[in-house]
Amino acid sequence: MTKRTPILEAHGLGITVGTGGGVFSAGRKLDIVVDVSLSLRPGKIVCVVGESGSGKTTLGMALVGLTPPTTGEIIFDGTPLRDFSKTSFRPVREETALLFQDPASSFNPRQRIGDILAEPRRIAGNGATTSEAIASLAQLAGLPSSLLARFPHALSGGQARRAAVARALAVVPRLIVADEPTAGLDVSVQGGVMNLFLDIREKHDTAFLIITHNLAVARHISDELVIMYLGRVVESGPTAEIFRNPQHPYTKALLDSEPVPDPRHRRSEPPVIGEVPSIFARPSGCEFHERCRFAQDLCRSQAPQETAGANSQRVRCHFPIGEAVGEPALAIA
Amino acid sequence: MSEAVSNMHVATGFNQPRSFRIARTLRQILSTPLGAIGVVLVTLIVLVAALAPWIAPYSPTAISVTDRLAGPSAAHWLGTDQLGRDLFTRVILGTRTAMTVALVSLTAALAAAIPLGLIAGYGPRWLDGLLVLVFDSLSSLPMIMFGLAIVVLLGPGVSTVILVIVAYSVPSYARLVRAQTLSLKARDFIRAEQVMNASNLRILFVHLLPNVVGPLLILACLDLSTVITLEAGLSFLGLGVKPQVPSWGNILSDGFSVIRNTPVPVLVGSIPIVLATIGFTFFGEALRDALDPKLATEKSA
Repeated sequence: MTKRTPILEAHGLGITVGTGGGVFSAGRKLDIVVDVSLSLRPGKIVCVVGESGSGKTTLGMALVGLTPPTTGEIIFDGTPLRDFSKTSFRPVREETALLFQDPASSFNPRQRIGDILAEPRRIAGNGATTSEAIASLAQLAGLPSSLLARFPHALSGGQARRAAVARALAVVPRLIVADEPTAGLDVSVQGGVMNLFLDIREKHDTAFLIITHNLAVARHISDELVIMYLGRVVESGPTAEIFRNPQHPYTKALLDSEPVPDPRHRRSEPPVIGEVPSIFARPSGCEFHERCRFAQDLCRSQAPQETAGANSQRVRCHFPIGEAVGEPALAIA
Repeated sequence: MSEAVSNMHVATGFNQPRSFRIARTLRQILSTPLGAIGVVLVTLIVLVAALAPWIAPYSPTAISVTDRLAGPSAAHWLGTDQLGRDLFTRVILGTRTAMTVALVSLTAALAAAIPLGLIAGYGPRWLDGLLVLVFDSLSSLPMIMFGLAIVVLLGPGVSTVILVIVAYSVPSYARLVRAQTLSLKARDFIRAEQVMNASNLRILFVHLLPNVVGPLLILACLDLSTVITLEAGLSFLGLGVKPQVPSWGNILSDGFSVIRNTPVPVLVGSIPIVLATIGFTFFGEALRDALDPKLATEKSA
């Protein structure tokens, strides 16, 4: 496998939003995403995994400029963006398709599906927009052409998802950012959508950034994982490695929380203690220490840096879990 | 700009022919009793307004002193006013005045309010602040005082009435368009357009406008009746069209001065106002329901 130029790279991306505040108060600054770096290479599928509120959706939106980042650098196709203005994101947007979490809401309610699918081609000013061309585009995503004359509200969840994918394929993108592409779909339809993604990757060498909390999907489809916690990447690396040998206690807890399809399986102890802390009051030191079973004094006082762990993983932890999964964990606990 | 707009092809094979859609919309309006009443009244009023000079039996300004304040008769179906002018003629030509004023002023008001509201809602914040300031200032002026001031400046007449109505209704329409735009622009489908690199013009006119027009149409239809009464009111006060011009307001105003002798002119002047108000209100509401794709399919399903 040759290392090809990434389509999109982010270095030290941070997103801070102001909240509250008025004439007499300054309001607070909220760090939604902190120091995130990632790299999307052609034909690779990267999954961003994390709990609700971990900043994964905001990260996805930032990469296409919908929520412009406040710090950091984005490099698109080898060229760094000058700033985070709308004009700078133009080339990124030309090559990127975004799949929203709720596909139905991403369609103009007063346009018919056919027109919605033709929209990217009309904007780009190239590609056929005849009804035959749009019907064959719909076919690619497995959307019956009989639905093209319908309005968005008449589509089922799975049909809307397929329509969104078909629209994404209208102008063949080099990168697809998909926000929770399996949310609200039953398992068989989920599988259909995942296979659709794999087909697209196969045919067009498209890179994918999939934002999900569905570990089964991440394991099935992705080449690389990015685990986020409170807006920070706590662990990243090849999917197979992370599933086989999670290094960060949070990753391990997350993976352990996945249901095991075995009725006799009993979980020994709760994988994580407590609730996700509020980003209004970030814990000192390592932000996971309050919930970590392995936390020590160092974790409470000092934030860990990202380090290269075993097997090309990168992990942000003072005491990464070793190769022998389970044993040291029990010993320390 | 015109080139950019003409580049925004929207029509396609997925849409049914336009004539077919209009026919379907009309069928839907007619399928409700109130909608049917509205359509009948609106058609009647529009026809009368369009054909007024041919329907009217007399000249609206022909004075016949011997016939003054005559009751309804075969010669004068609705009687005559204090100058002996035929009231039926004046009502019919008044319809024409009312419709002209209403349609011209509403069209002008919408034409100004839609771009202003879209720009205020979608454009930069400082522009929004500025426009809202202008809207609020305009609508804080008392209508009658404002009308008086303009009449003093420009003199009474149809165009003055239209100007007053436009200046008065632009802020309320623009504010509605702005509010709709503000809520729509945060929606995913507009964000999706942004990610597709759609131009601002395309987002404004292809995506925001059709979603804003529905509520605006109903408001305009409801306002049509307000505008008709407004014109009548201004004319009644002597601020509107000149006294010799037939208008419902002038008939009312003239009738009011002779109400001790006969109530007929006042009744004749007010009934068309009531009918027009009812007609356009019903029509507007039915039109709104018919244009909503959700309601439309639910009904046909």
